[in-house]
Amino acid sequence: MFHKKMMLTVAMTAVGALALAACGGGSDDSNGASSESASTINVLIGSSGDAETKAVTDAVAAWSTESGVKAKVSVASDIAQQLSQGFASGNPADVFYLTNDTIATYASNGSLDPFVEGLSNKDDFYPTIMDSFTYDGQVYAAPKDFSTLALIINSDKWAAAGLTDADIPTSWDELSTVAAKLTTGDTVGLSISPEFARVGAFFAQNGGWLVDDKGAVTADSPENVEALTYVQSLLTSGSMKYASEVGAGWGGEAFGTGAAAMTIEGNWITGALTNTYPDVKYTVAELPAGPAGKGTMQFNGGWGIAADSQNKDNATKLVEYLTQPTQQLTFATDFGVMPAVVSTADQWKTDNPALAPFIEGADYAKSIPNIVGIKDVIDELNSQIQSLSTGDPKTILESTQTNLESISK
Amino acid sequence: MMKRLKKPKEGGAHGHEAVAGWLFISPMVIILGLFLVIPVLMAAWVSVSDWTGRGSPFASTVNFVGTDNYAKLLTEPGLAQSDFGMSIKNNSYYVLLVIPIQTALSLFLAVMVNRRVLKGRGFFRTAFYFPSVTSSVAITVIFLFLFSTTGAVNKALHAIGVNGPQWFSDPKGILHMALGNMGIDTPPAALAGHGFLGNSWWQWLSGPSPAMCVFIIMAVFTTSGTFMLLFISALQNLQGEVEEAGIMDGASGWQRFWHITLPMLKPTTFTVLTLGLIGTWQVFDQIYVGTKGNPSKTTLTPAYLSYSSSFQNNQWGRGAAIAFILFAIIVAMTILQRIVLRDRKTLPKRKRFYRDGPPSAVVPATPTSPLVPTASGAQMDDSTPGEGDQR
Repeated sequence: MFHKKMMLTVAMTAVGALALAACGGGSDDSNGASSESASTINVLIGSSGDAETKAVTDAVAAWSTESGVKAKVSVASDIAQQLSQGFASGNPADVFYLTNDTIATYASNGSLDPFVEGLSNKDDFYPTIMDSFTYDGQVYAAPKDFSTLALIINSDKWAAAGLTDADIPTSWDELSTVAAKLTTGDTVGLSISPEFARVGAFFAQNGGWLVDDKGAVTADSPENVEALTYVQSLLTSGSMKYASEVGAGWGGEAFGTGAAAMTIEGNWITGALTNTYPDVKYTVAELPAGPAGKGTMQFNGGWGIAADSQNKDNATKLVEYLTQPTQQLTFATDFGVMPAVVSTADQWKTDNPALAPFIEGADYAKSIPNIVGIKDVIDELNSQIQSLSTGDPKTILESTQTNLESISK
Repeated sequence: MMKRLKKPKEGGAHGHEAVAGWLFISPMVIILGLFLVIPVLMAAWVSVSDWTGRGSPFASTVNFVGTDNYAKLLTEPGLAQSDFGMSIKNNSYYVLLVIPIQTALSLFLAVMVNRRVLKGRGFFRTAFYFPSVTSSVAITVIFLFLFSTTGAVNKALHAIGVNGPQWFSDPKGILHMALGNMGIDTPPAALAGHGFLGNSWWQWLSGPSPAMCVFIIMAVFTTSGTFMLLFISALQNLQGEVEEAGIMDGASGWQRFWHITLPMLKPTTFTVLTLGLIGTWQVFDQIYVGTKGNPSKTTLTPAYLSYSSSFQNNQWGRGAAIAFILFAIIVAMTILQRIVLRDRKTLPKRKRFYRDGPPSAVVPATPTSPLVPTASGAQMDDSTPGEGDQR
């Protein structure tokens, strides 16, 4: 009996000690982390691959050496989720990647610091990109790079169909013609990802867009209906198929595997083709003009700073360093993006003559409007675009109109 | 010992035992409270607040908005409601198809590998159980390859002259496809004009899309092994006497399975159905890895919608509200299933006994006594006694 009591006491003490140790350990750790985070700048990036990770890490390290401020780069596996978690915990990364379609969401709940006004190089950036980072009159991200959509053509299949450079489509009719010519046996003429971020280019070419210059919702305008009807005609003619219909995850894969002779993608496709499908020879052309002229879509990347950052001054200095023209050109060379600084455009074109059509697109490109909750609306539109071949363009755009109106008020 | 019992004021053995008991379970109570109860309560608060995802949900800037988040999902027409309705529709088809198939298949496999005459039983048990221990992410990726448009499944179908569907890109439901083949492409006005949760009745009756069918096949493939294991252990616990009595009464193998084995497996069937119900309503990782709700939201499920509303779209209140509605659905379904599968307290008079003993308590019923032969010698009601005694 006595032994049992002894055992019990020992066991209880052990359990208690363990519990205390566990708690103690926990608080020690968190103290350590917070004191470290006060002096270190945490940089969170969503990387396209090793090349990008290395380039950013090197640049940040170079700045650390220069400024004497410690900085650490982390690669997010899902940057939207990790940013949301960071903002919720009150201890977010200091500096991070942002894209134009997420700015409104994060800015509206006060997570972002509107630091861009204070940047010494704020006048160097493309004004259109600055606009796409603006929410409620303030700019929330420093432009780091951008992408536009262009027509990617498989040179071998092009030649095999008896087409020459003179045949590169410059209008919707010509696009339909060459797509039909390129459709043979196992190859479809044109294949794109089934989403607004590709189909939207046709809206722009017809002079339409989801909103007009004043921000009024124009999703169901006759121009948009006509554009979507044209895309539908490409689908029903069989000369265009969605990437998923040819067993690919995105347009670049359909193009690389040879399932499609043409695709509409952004400049990120060049990296994928070089790495995964090095044998595919391709030509980049500007997207064909529609009835209303040239049109394409633009996707902008920028650096944001958290409103809850403990270290905004140093974070701003780091962003200033990372967005200067020479640094942006280095990134462009290292992982194939287009710098968001006007003064480097000519240099970039000289460096990448074959990719010039991408940067030409910047003159007439449209970005997804910057409205809180737009992601839900675009998701719904994407879902309708996926069943476009059997859908009614007017009905689809009318529902988009309703959805957009409900969030833009 | 006797001494102690006479002096309860000193805190007898029982007092110590209670303290010791609490101490021993305290780590688990603390862990559960910290990582389960508190987060659930926080989520409950978020679901009735306008928290935007920055800083603490208990900060003074966060307001109570009552049932606004729930109303947006359930009663206010809009994108939130139609998305939620869509996810409920998709998941309902998933539940309706997965549970019966996986339960029947796992029972069938268990009975097969439990037969003493089968050679290499160990091998088959391992083989059938294997998909259950493999990571669901790995299996999802393999299924994505198998069922891609140019994948192995479509090639095999092509070899036998069938044109396989566009598994992951065709958003049409299989019921709509079947109706389309019969020439019914446009919905009758009665179904198109009215609806529930932002989707017309015609949309509710679409059936699962081919992509959802792939996930259904995958769920059956991966979970049957686990449930087979439950059924095997239950089968091995069954006493041979009832079976022998059945043989003596001239029951055929099928009758013995249907009227003796199956009723005695009822507690296990209940477990399998409950676990199946919970698991199928919570389907998330396959969707997250595989399709993210595509094509055309036909693989959107409430669990995935809750995640994407919260983490991708910063609609934290809505995400939490979806989670609680999902919880309510699961609880309601489980209760409903309990009621349907409940043991009847009394048996028909002609059986001449009661499950808990006759009301007069003269002769206690035993599991082996009640096989009362009827005219044909082997007709038994499916409420064969003894089913409650197995566990």
